[in-house]
Amino acid sequence: MEQVFLAVENIDKSFAGVHALNDVSLKIKKGEIHCLAGENGSGKSTLIKVIAGVEKPDSGQIIIDNKKYHHLHPIDAIHEGIQVIYQDFSLFPNLTVAENLALNSQLEMRKKLVSWKQVKETAEKALQLINVDLDLNRLVENLPVADKQLVAISRALMQDAKLVIMDEPTTALTQKEVERLFKIIKSMQEKGISTLFVSHKLREVLDISERLTILRNGQKVIEGNVEEFDETKITYYMTGRNVSSNKFISEKKSGDEKPILSVTNLSSDGFFDDINFDLYKGEVLGITGLLGSGRTELALALFGYSPADKGEIHINGQKIHIKSIQDAMRNGIAYVPEDRLNEGLFMKQSISRNIYVGILDSIKKALGLINVSEADSIAASLIKDLNINADDPLRPVQTLSGGNQQRVVLARWLSTKAKLIILNGPTVGVDIGSKTDILEKLKELAKEGLGIMIISDDIPELVQTCSRILVMHKGKIIRTLEGDEIEEKAISNILNNLD
Amino acid sequence: MAADRSILQLLLIAIVVFIIMALLNPGKFLTLLNIESMAYQFPELGIISLGMMIAMLSGGIDLSIVSIANMASILMGLILTKMMPQNAANNQIVLFVAFALLISLLTGLISGLINGFLIAHVGIPAILATLGTSQILTGIAIVITKGYAVPGFPEIFLKIGNSKLFIFPIPFLVFLACAIVLFFLLQKSSFGIRLYLIGTNIKASVFSGIKVKSILMKSYALTGVLASIAGIVMTARTNSAKADYGSSYVLQAVLVAVLGGVNPAGGFGSVIGLSIAVLSLQFLSSGFNMLRFSNFATEFTWGMFLLLIMGINYFQNKRIKSSK
Repeated sequence: MEQVFLAVENIDKSFAGVHALNDVSLKIKKGEIHCLAGENGSGKSTLIKVIAGVEKPDSGQIIIDNKKYHHLHPIDAIHEGIQVIYQDFSLFPNLTVAENLALNSQLEMRKKLVSWKQVKETAEKALQLINVDLDLNRLVENLPVADKQLVAISRALMQDAKLVIMDEPTTALTQKEVERLFKIIKSMQEKGISTLFVSHKLREVLDISERLTILRNGQKVIEGNVEEFDETKITYYMTGRNVSSNKFISEKKSGDEKPILSVTNLSSDGFFDDINFDLYKGEVLGITGLLGSGRTELALALFGYSPADKGEIHINGQKIHIKSIQDAMRNGIAYVPEDRLNEGLFMKQSISRNIYVGILDSIKKALGLINVSEADSIAASLIKDLNINADDPLRPVQTLSGGNQQRVVLARWLSTKAKLIILNGPTVGVDIGSKTDILEKLKELAKEGLGIMIISDDIPELVQTCSRILVMHKGKIIRTLEGDEIEEKAISNILNNLD
Repeated sequence: MAADRSILQLLLIAIVVFIIMALLNPGKFLTLLNIESMAYQFPELGIISLGMMIAMLSGGIDLSIVSIANMASILMGLILTKMMPQNAANNQIVLFVAFALLISLLTGLISGLINGFLIAHVGIPAILATLGTSQILTGIAIVITKGYAVPGFPEIFLKIGNSKLFIFPIPFLVFLACAIVLFFLLQKSSFGIRLYLIGTNIKASVFSGIKVKSILMKSYALTGVLASIAGIVMTARTNSAKADYGSSYVLQAVLVAVLGGVNPAGGFGSVIGLSIAVLSLQFLSSGFNMLRFSNFATEFTWGMFLLLIMGINYFQNKRIKSSK
């Protein structure tokens, strides 16, 4: 077991002046579960690409099974048993599970006609490798994310993988699915297959890996056995600074104060049922639950995207009717969507425009004309307020990092003078340093009197930020946690013991 | 900004084309007569292309522009040649012309609203919805006219297509007016900014509170009105309205828009870029016409020109990317 399978030595790689990797070395033993951690832009993806043979390093060497390579071709990497599972899985969405699993081998046999019987057999064998059961005839595009990932993993294993590299494999998975994935990784380990696990989720890093390599700004900062690390230490190595993570305690609410938001008997057929809660000034309210618990639908109902069928919504004691997004916005309700890329931002448009889209109506002059320089200056002041790292607000928002992008969406809603901001997965795909900044900003906004509601899977994030947490299951609120009850173990226990 | 650079580049190309054409046709291209005749010719395609640009900015397309233009022209023709008495007095004629123009614009507006409704509310893809309305409008126009041209418009009306104000041909002024209004609408109005955003990402538009359906309705209505204005200019210039006039303009308008920097996927493009593009093509076709190339050769050169520009853009983007 102590044999080294892959050794990357002194790799340098620059892209037009940017030093993406600077003298990086990495060793992975046979059957080892190794974690590569680092913030976005630390060089993780470049290193993976070098190992997979996609990027050619400027200097340094790669030794696989005692064979030296100065630069590796992707096909060499595959023949050496290196398989990468990228975030998008590289599957064919319009083909079935069986086709995705078996077509490669059918092609390699260079047969003119496809034997569907063989396809089915190969596919079954592939799934057996990780001991899961999927409907072979389903189209991959209809599968849940977790199952797509399983297809990708079994496809990788079929090709005699000796090292499976997983790029951020848990981003879209729920707690239970993550556990299933970890079991599979462990069973691969028993067969002597190494795993390189790329992640910036600290909890998972500590749970699964045996050894850990941390990159920062293209350099390896530390490598070691996982026992030597704890969360604060990893954070420190990843960001180069100490990040505080103290709990948020809301100020005592006075008895006669009306809640910012009050929801009674809210129902939406098939999604959620009889939801009741209040949100007071100075509070950060968290909502969690498994995917399909109705938490997103509840948020979308409050935002008017898919209005509720029954029940009442009060804002500052006033009953309101939300039938459309415009109704919600008029009443000061804002929503930061889960899917920043597709729902939150106009990636190719300027940072400035992405912010002032929210206030077009309020800065409109005669004939619907907009004073663009006034709009730009409003955006600029918000960019400053929220510490968005943008030299030129007229550059496309896609040039920003995930954390800065998320702050752009937040800036948009702050400019509208919203009373209540609902954030769905506020820090998905955001660096740890940036994440803490965003969460601290949310607490600050709550203290200033803005209603903040966070929907999230990330339990440490909820514990760190929320003063009250609602747990949803099958469309109902099953638990409300407050004060000392807010604790990571307690919440995971509730989530893991759902029927 | 990147957009400014590509417009500058386009302008440069237009100037180069102009110079080449002037050199190839010494003493003919660079005459007041030629410049004037170009200023009469390009506005039709120019106005149609402006309409196409509006549709493309939203991420759609409008294949019915020319059919709308012809339908509007034919209705105008019926008013001015059948409804209006032969011996009408001058001031009566002016009234009839004004009425005909109004009906034409209304035809454009209503057809555009129908397109917008089908696309925004029914959810039919723009390419299919407008193909459908195009067929319907052409069909109706053929039935009304039995396929014949409607000729014989009153003199006053024909002035729109054939006379000058000071030294400027009126079709050119109509194009200029449309371009200026659209410039402000797109760059400086909330409608324009929202249209660009919808074209960039329709889902994010919904989530940021833009009334997507209403903006789409308005944009196709605008395209319809521009189509009817193009119809008025075409009819006044040729003194006839016909069900299938200028059908090649549809795809040429797409070509002009793409050449002018309009992103076929939506969200990007400008009036200035488009104007330069339509001028370049006019220089090309006038120039080659003087060289006695056949009309088909003109289309050939336009196609080559498009591919050339796309090629230049491709290599430039590649260079920018690799220098990052």
